[in-house]
Amino acid sequence: MDRTTHNESLRRREIDLQTLFLSGLKGNQADYARFLRELSTHLRGFLRARLLRQPDEIEDLLQEILLAVHNGRQTYQSDQPLTAWVFAIARYKLADFYRSRSRHDGLNDSIDDAEELFAEPCLEPAQASRDLDKLLEELPDKQRLPIMHVKLEGLSVAQTAQLTGLSESAVKIGVHRGLKALAAMIRGK
Amino acid sequence: MNTDDLVSMLSTGVEPVDPKAIAKRFSLAILIGGVGALLVVMLRFGVRPDLAEVATTPIFWAKIAFPLSLMLGALLMVTRLARPGMSAGGGKLWVTLGVAAIWVGTLYGLAVAPADERVALVLGTTWKVCAFSITLLSVPGFIAVFWALRGLAPTRPKLAGACGGLLASSLATLAYCLHCPEMAVPFWGIWYFLGMLVPTLIGAAMGPRWLRWS
Repeated sequence: MDRTTHNESLRRREIDLQTLFLSGLKGNQADYARFLRELSTHLRGFLRARLLRQPDEIEDLLQEILLAVHNGRQTYQSDQPLTAWVFAIARYKLADFYRSRSRHDGLNDSIDDAEELFAEPCLEPAQASRDLDKLLEELPDKQRLPIMHVKLEGLSVAQTAQLTGLSESAVKIGVHRGLKALAAMIRGK
Repeated sequence: MNTDDLVSMLSTGVEPVDPKAIAKRFSLAILIGGVGALLVVMLRFGVRPDLAEVATTPIFWAKIAFPLSLMLGALLMVTRLARPGMSAGGGKLWVTLGVAAIWVGTLYGLAVAPADERVALVLGTTWKVCAFSITLLSVPGFIAVFWALRGLAPTRPKLAGACGGLLASSLATLAYCLHCPEMAVPFWGIWYFLGMLVPTLIGAAMGPRWLRWS
């Protein structure tokens, strides 16, 4: 592919993704889901190229970045290229990852490098080793229940309020704070 | 939970985002910082008795203009730096111009003053307390601005912290102008500057630690 066509396709991808994301910011669930799914495939490729020695971590880190994108979505301003915004978040998370890794493991390289040379290329999304469901269970009820009903079972805010006895705004706040707490728990692990 | 499940969890029932959320957050922080500093000035330091008279002189408004330009610059920068991947932007210009103007005024004021009055111009009568008072007055704004930043996602935490410190301290200086009796430009160029520099440096030092997000 020559450079012009390549740039052109990058530009188109930026516009497509931005359109979906902006629609998601207005509350369009289907567009937001499509945005997150497409973003995942790009991020997976981005991470795979940077975590050649830690292929097991790709999916975990990808999920962390998706959570950060979601929790920080109010910081996006439509005059900024979406690519620059997502890239800044991904780089921040990657730097965090490298930092915690060098703290835990020292700077030792893994000893089974030679084997990894012949490892299967991983084209499919790998299994995430971290279990987000387990982490969700650790949240306090006023966050866990709203997330369970609204985000996992797909109930409306009003239905959840009725079911849990929380007010509607408490349900919304519970979802919001719960997802932030989830991200903080992941970082703390 | 695999990534597909996470995507559907995040998107299910997604709430619309308020496009003014960041502006509201910083408005609240400025309100808290400004009112906090004003209250301390009125209750603890006392408003200068000749405020009504002096408020009709241009030199008083020149004094206000210095922290005001820094406040505008810091606000413009910090609201950008609260977002991932944003540069500091045009706010730098307001800060640079404000500081440059006050230093030109300082040098000019010292140059035209008789040699034996220069020390008095720089020290005034309150040099011992000025920078410390401004730093103290910055505390409510500092806490409020860092609260605002912590809910967002700065990817350059040192710079964001510095601008947050400058925003708080320039607000504090505005409030302090209602009390401070000093009317010589060289005094402002040194002691007001120092008073705003200290919280700025504290913000830069604490930013990387206090502004981490996940």
